[in-house]
This record gives sequence, structure tokens and C-alpha cells, in this order.
Amino acid sequence: MALQLEHVTKRFGEVTAVNDVTLTIPEGNLFGFLGANGAGKTTTFRMILGLLEPTAGTITWNGEKIDYSKSHLIGYLPEERGLYPKLKVKEQLIYLGRLRGLDKAAIVKEMEAWLERFHVPEYAEKRIEELSKGNQQKIQFIAAVLHKPKLLILDEPFSGLDPVNVELLKEAVIDLKNNGTTIVFSSHRMEHVEELCEHLCIMHRGRPVVYGALKEIKRSFGKKNVIIHADMPLDELAEFPGVVKMKRTAEGVHLQIESEGVSQKILSHIANKGFIRKFALEEPSLNDIFIEKVGAAYE
Amino acid sequence: MNKFWIVLWHTYTTKLKAKLFLITTIIMSLLVFTIANIQHIIEFFTKDEKTTVAVIDTTGAFYEPLAAQLKQEKHDDLQLKKVTGSEEKAKADVRAGKWDALLVLSADNEQLPEAAYYANTLADSDTPKEIEQALQQLKTALATAKLGLKQEQIAQLYEPVPFKKAALEKNAKTEEELNQARALVYVLLFAMYMFVFMYGGMISTEVATEKSSRVMEILVSSAPPIQQLFGKIFGIALLSLTQFAILFAVGFAALKSSGQELWKFLGFDHLPVSTFVYAIIFFFLGYFLYATLFAVLGSLVSRVEDVQQMIMPVTTLVIAAFMIAMFGLGAPESSFITATSFIPFFTPMIMFLRVGLLPVPVWEVALSLALLIVTIGLLAFFGSKVYRGGVLMYGKASSLKDMKKAVQLTKK
Repeated sequence: MALQLEHVTKRFGEVTAVNDVTLTIPEGNLFGFLGANGAGKTTTFRMILGLLEPTAGTITWNGEKIDYSKSHLIGYLPEERGLYPKLKVKEQLIYLGRLRGLDKAAIVKEMEAWLERFHVPEYAEKRIEELSKGNQQKIQFIAAVLHKPKLLILDEPFSGLDPVNVELLKEAVIDLKNNGTTIVFSSHRMEHVEELCEHLCIMHRGRPVVYGALKEIKRSFGKKNVIIHADMPLDELAEFPGVVKMKRTAEGVHLQIESEGVSQKILSHIANKGFIRKFALEEPSLNDIFIEKVGAAYE
Repeated sequence: MNKFWIVLWHTYTTKLKAKLFLITTIIMSLLVFTIANIQHIIEFFTKDEKTTVAVIDTTGAFYEPLAAQLKQEKHDDLQLKKVTGSEEKAKADVRAGKWDALLVLSADNEQLPEAAYYANTLADSDTPKEIEQALQQLKTALATAKLGLKQEQIAQLYEPVPFKKAALEKNAKTEEELNQARALVYVLLFAMYMFVFMYGGMISTEVATEKSSRVMEILVSSAPPIQQLFGKIFGIALLSLTQFAILFAVGFAALKSSGQELWKFLGFDHLPVSTFVYAIIFFFLGYFLYATLFAVLGSLVSRVEDVQQMIMPVTTLVIAAFMIAMFGLGAPESSFITATSFIPFFTPMIMFLRVGLLPVPVWEVALSLALLIVTIGLLAFFGSKVYRGGVLMYGKASSLKDMKKAVQLTKK
């Protein structure tokens, strides 16, 4: 019971958009896709949905190919947002909901619940063109989840939203996951993925460079971060054995160290040299991992 | 198949509810009503308009018979007024607007009438023509009287030669039927032309709107493109039927109640059922052919503004078909028309023209229909592929190259 991609490759002429991707997304999982623009996220999603045929490899969901006979089980929020500008929210959702196999009464009931949840019940009778971009996005999210899909694919669901709405949407996503929906979403914001996902995959130029459970990824990475806020000069730490990288900040330094043990040696080394306001040992961020794996800064 | 109906119904109801539909239906109904009543309207405006022509009769002998002749021909809106005085003064009066025109009657060497007609402009060509004809009659009467012919002899002279035309082919139409058929075919061809343009254009705009508003990606992930494509085409066909039903009802009622002459002109008294049946068949097949093309081309553009440019080749094709049909009205038997009636893009208009006017063998009609249906099938098959890829494609559009690209997108 899972979504499985096996050696999936997609070529557009000379360009290889997705290159030999093998992934398993377990049932009920919240799975994150990270990657810069052009990394192959959207192409992968379109192949999962059956909008594009893979050049090679297979994609199966619970052992079967995804086609239109399953469209009532699948929800999709495309990266390019768009609804009929002239239609009212209600008409719009009824149409899209019916195409996903729902009847009108059920759609209206679900729609009212969702609009209520997003604090915009009055939008039902408004035309899309009258709504702000962010609110249009909420409506489109509703269109993607109205029919209670078993598999939900969200392409950049949080981009373009203000922090309040990002929170609202995150909660909704978590609720859906808790109700058993398998959710795959993409983002170029590392922190969203770190916060929401148990499993993730970092795409780079069509290849998954990091893939697995978040905790596992961090643990196996080994390296840790040390943050020091102190008054004395700390430049010499760059040469300290076990320190991989050092970055000066306004209040001190950020260090990347080979292993936890190094932090204790650093602490004892600087303990008597001056006033230390903060000394913290932190898990590596996804960004650190990404930089390490890809060998270049992410953004 | 279920989703096909959802798309169809959605397309139909949203278009039906749109203000644009209401407005165009009202405008077209008014137009139909006006055309059906055109004679009444013209009569209404010309009823009180009388043309007064001043007449100077230098002989004193022609005025009375001319006036009598005009009266006999029932030219009620034309009044003659005998005036005396100089030609110059009368011309001045015409210039001043007292009279509409001046007619100077004189006699030639044979004592037969001659005339000169003066008006401010010669824009009104009917009045001098009427007078000239009446005068001609008068001259003929005077000339024949001079020759001493008897009344019967004169009548014999003017009796038209009997000239009968008959078609030898069994199903060929008689002269009168042919004229009626020609008028009816013309009207239906024109309707077909309008129909393809209006509703075909509506489809490509609809598809392009869905694409430019980016709702398309949700749609193609929900329902198979071919069902969407045909849902739209049939939805708009249903819309057009609704509009046509309204217009037909308006036109029928208006014609029946008032436009008796137009009614006869179109031959509605003995309604040629087969012409209508063929009209409906060719209407719809033509519509499906062009609508498929329009929809597919619409799927290739990313902005609604580019639609017109993109569908140019197809609109040119429709215009060409119409032009050929106009030519064919006068020469339906020419081999050029026969040949073009088998080219699927022209069949709907040209073959319809032929079956409307000529007794065309059944196999020819069947062959052209078969070719047309096969073409529609191929277009639909190929079109749905382009459509599926096209809707995922954004950027500058240029028909042929992009069609290829769109098909490639759907491949592995």
C-alpha cells in the first residue's frame, strides 16, 4: 500500500527533466519534495498523475497504474494557480467536484465546512476575479481536497500566502494526514518541509540527492551545528580540529562540526577566555544537508 | 462517459446564463424579425413620400395621355403637375424645392413624343424610369396608330413568345422550384457560415480561456481530455441549437404572420423536407469538423489574445468554402463544384448546395458523408492528442511546430 516510483526517467528531447528516480511513499505519509526551480518536481508530479508518460520506469499506486478511473481518489493542486475567473466560487467547486465524482449536495456541504474553516464563508457567492490571490489559492486548495482524496498532491501549496494563511493551510494539511490521506507536496522552502514531513526527497537536476525519513537523514548526516554568542574573538576556532566550516555572525559564530564530541572540546577550549552568552549544539538543518550533498548553496 | 456529460452540461449552462448569450439572442431575433417584416417596414416609411414632377408640355397634346397612362399603372406616389411659363423659371422652382423634378415634353419631326427630365440630382432612378416607360407606351400607341394597325395586331405584336423549360431528369427541379431552392440554399449556407464562425470561435476562446486562467491543469487531471474536448463541442452545439430554436421560432412566426412574399420566395408553401434534413446533417457534421479544429488550435495558445491569429488558417478555409458555394449557386453542375463537394473541409457547404439544387446520386452523397465522418474521426483522434499535450504547454504559439511539440509531450 504505497505510491511507488521505480527508475522513473523523463526526457523532453535532449533535456532530461527527471533522471532515474526510485521512491516509495508509504500510505498515510506526508512526503516532501524539495528542490530549486527546474529540479524536476512538477514533472514528477505530472507523471504520478498520469498527465505525462515516463520515458522509462514505472509508477504504481497500491500496485496499479494511476489513470482517470482513479481520479476520484486523487487530489491535485497545481503549481500554476488558476480557476475560472468569471464563475462564482460555488459554481466552480461544484463543477470541479463533480468531475472528481462527487454529487452536488455533498460538494456544497464540504464546501461550506471548508470555507468556514478558512474564515471566509461569504465567498461562496463571489466570483473568483473578485478575490485576492491568496484567497483564490484557498479556494483552489478546497477544490483539491473537496472529494476527500486518498492521495493528495500539492505543488508549492504555501507559496504566495501570508504567514497567517500559511499556518491555516499547514493545519489543514496535518488534519488531512491524520485522517489517513497520503500527501505529497513540494516546496522550495526548507523550513516547511522540515516542519511537516516525516519523509522527504531533495531533487537536484532531476535526481534525488537526499531521500528518506527526516530523522534518519539528519542522524546519518553526523555533522552538527554549534552556535556561539560571545564577546571575545573566536576566529581561531576555524582551525580547531573537527570544525568543518565557520561562519561569522553579528553576535559570534556558527560552526559546523564533524561530530557531537567536538562541541565539548570547543566548549572547554573557550570556557575561560571570556564571557559566553550562548553556547548551543543543534541538529543540522536540511539546508546544511542540501549544501553538503549538492555541493552548492541552495538558493 | 459520465464526465463527458458533466463537461457538456457545465459548458451549456454557464454559456446559457451568460449575458452575452441573452444579448446576442435578442439582437439576432430582432434582426430576423426585421428581415421577415422588411416589406412592411419599407412601405411604412415610403407611404407618405410623394414625388411631384412639374410638366411643361410644349405640344399641349401629350400631358393628358401620359397622366392617364401613369394612373393606369398605379404609380400612386408619383404626381404630375402641369405648369405654364418658361423652362428657366420651372428649373429655378425645382432648384428651390417647389417641385422634385421637371419634365419637358415636346414632339419630334414625326409628331412623336420626346422628353427631357431635370432634377437636382439623379439619385432617384425610379421616377424617371417610370415616366420613361409610360412615355414609351404612349409613343408605341401613337406610332402604331399612325401605321394604321388594328388593336388585335398590336396585341399580337406585344404578346411574349411562349418559351417552356423542362428538365428531363426525373428528380430534377422545375424552374420555379429551382429558384426557391436556390434562395433557401443561400439562406441556409449563410446560416451555416455564421454558425461555424460564431460557435466554432466560441470553442477556441473557451479552451484558450481555460488555459490562460490555468484552470486547465486541474481539469486534465480530473477528466480525460477527449471527454472534455467533446463535452465542450457538444455543449456548445446544444447552446447553438437553443439559440437556433429561438430564432427559428421568431422567424417562422414573423414570416407566417406578415412576410407572405418572402414566405413564398423561400418556398415554404411546399416545404422541401429533404433539403432541411440534409441541411441539418451537413450543419452538424460541418460544425463538428470545424469545432474540433478550433478546439485543438485553441489548446495551443496560452493567451486568449492569440486565438484569432491561431485559428486564421481554419477561418480562411471556412471563407473559401463559402465563396465556392456562392459561385456554385449559379453553376451547381460545374465539375469544379462536383470535385470540391468531396473535399471534407468543403463537403458540408458544397455537397449541401448540390443536393439542395440537383438530383445527386445517393452514392455520391454517401461517399462524401463517409469521407467527412472519417475526417472528423481522424481529427478527433489526433486532436485529442494535441489537446492533451497542448494544455500543458505555455509560451509563444505557432500552430504547426507547436502541434508537433504537443503530440511529443504525450509520448514517452
